[in-house]
Amino acid sequence: MSKSKPIYLDYASTTPVDERVAEKMLEYMTFNNNFGNAASRSHSFGWQADEAVELARSHVANLVNCDPREIVWTSGATEADNLAIKGIANFYKTKGKHIITSKIEHKAVLDPCRQLERHGFDVTYLEPNEGGVITSDAVKEAIREDTILVSIMHINNELGTINDIASIGELTRDNGIFFHVDAAQSTGKVNIDLSTLKVDLMSFSAHKTYGPKGVGALFVRRKPRVRIEAQIHGGGHERGMRSGTLATHQIVGMGEAFRLAKEEMKSDSEKVTEFHEYFLEEVKKIDEIYINGDIQNKVPNILNVSFNFIEGESLIMGLKDIAVSSGSACTSASLEPSYVLRALGRKDELAHSSIRFSFGRFTTEDDVRNTLNLLSNVVERLRELSPLWEMHLDGIDLDTVEWQAH
Amino acid sequence: MAYSKKVVDKFENTLKNPEKFNVGRFDPKDGDVGTGMVGAPACGDVMKLQIKCKQEGNQHIIEDVKFKTYGCGSAIASSAELVEMLIGKTLDEAKEIKNKDLAEVLELPPIKIHCSVLAEDSIKQAIEDYESKQ
Repeated sequence: MSKSKPIYLDYASTTPVDERVAEKMLEYMTFNNNFGNAASRSHSFGWQADEAVELARSHVANLVNCDPREIVWTSGATEADNLAIKGIANFYKTKGKHIITSKIEHKAVLDPCRQLERHGFDVTYLEPNEGGVITSDAVKEAIREDTILVSIMHINNELGTINDIASIGELTRDNGIFFHVDAAQSTGKVNIDLSTLKVDLMSFSAHKTYGPKGVGALFVRRKPRVRIEAQIHGGGHERGMRSGTLATHQIVGMGEAFRLAKEEMKSDSEKVTEFHEYFLEEVKKIDEIYINGDIQNKVPNILNVSFNFIEGESLIMGLKDIAVSSGSACTSASLEPSYVLRALGRKDELAHSSIRFSFGRFTTEDDVRNTLNLLSNVVERLRELSPLWEMHLDGIDLDTVEWQAH
Repeated sequence: MAYSKKVVDKFENTLKNPEKFNVGRFDPKDGDVGTGMVGAPACGDVMKLQIKCKQEGNQHIIEDVKFKTYGCGSAIASSAELVEMLIGKTLDEAKEIKNKDLAEVLELPPIKIHCSVLAEDSIKQAIEDYESKQ
């Protein structure tokens, strides 16, 4: 085995910082460059930092077509999700105590919802359909008189499936309910137009879009006005919604990354669409595989596949020169298989055997080809080792076997 | 999850050279074969272990072993390690093998001790099956 760098196919987990972004960030750190505090109003160091922050804000706003004044900087999408959900719940708690979200949200949405439940809120967790999509009908049925917030992700991080946030937005706006969307996986992948979408709050992450880790943003709509209770206090930065000295270099990085995302969305997307088609075609040649999530309604940069009769962690160990993620319990701290795949109604064993491949800006055709070669080889070898595969070949229906679970 | 080099090596070697590492099967109906299968697909691991024995005096000796394992890397490594420990042992000696022995040899992380327990259960069951046939 060569000592070359492993192949990175885990872009949905994080992306490398684009060199052009890293270069810009370096201009905002040292004494010889601009290190000022954007909140310093009395000297040029502060003015320059403020200017850089506002330019970055306009880049972010520009990508999603909103007013820069609607962008609030945060430490990442997790903080943005927390600020949106707890911020709305706490501000509008006298209006109602019901929140609607889904079972396939990121933990950054689920955990704040759980926290609010402990404080007397009532949360409905919607089931996805078989294809891993939350329909507006499902949202409609769950709406109650005391519903104050609906929080549904745009693109699911494990499956790549896309939720119809346009129609959910119509529904929530008609019913006077706030609508928050976690769009951490969307930027640079699909077009987002907040001038037409009836979304009230939207969370963004820099590091999923070739920006740095540790910075994100929350879109908070001005018209009609949305108010949130701050979760971090200490100076009233970001119009009182998020205190703390702005991390200029991080923000500049996010701005530049989002500016590039707008410029390169088309070419990025064309490239990964090609890889996706090729990968799909080849992986389908392997026996007993299942694509998780509606293939007709997903982004091409994420592909989630279950390899039946093989456990996901062993597959990842077999693919040791390839960086991918698994829904297997063995790769998670909780020892539970992916809650997203279980929510789709997939059997536990298929959840255990799932691998998420995600492509990105720096993926090459060689990466994809080498991965496919190794994949079919390792799958074959692991099945040779699998008593389940042997039983399957013997024509035994595994559902009828009495297992000794322990 | 950081595995010891021993787990990684065992796993990779087994994958590369399954025959050498006793991957395979005997006919479970044979009188000199004992089969044990433990675990469940829904839990993420199933181990199947088969021993082939011969009688010498009043001792039964494990002549050969085959296994197949569905599970994480350490489950596969644990079964492969166990198989090597078993060959040439009498059934009484085999019964003495404990999960701790495997966990120590492979330096399993605490969260994976479960894999060695499964391996211990599989040998117990295989011996029971063999003894029921005698």
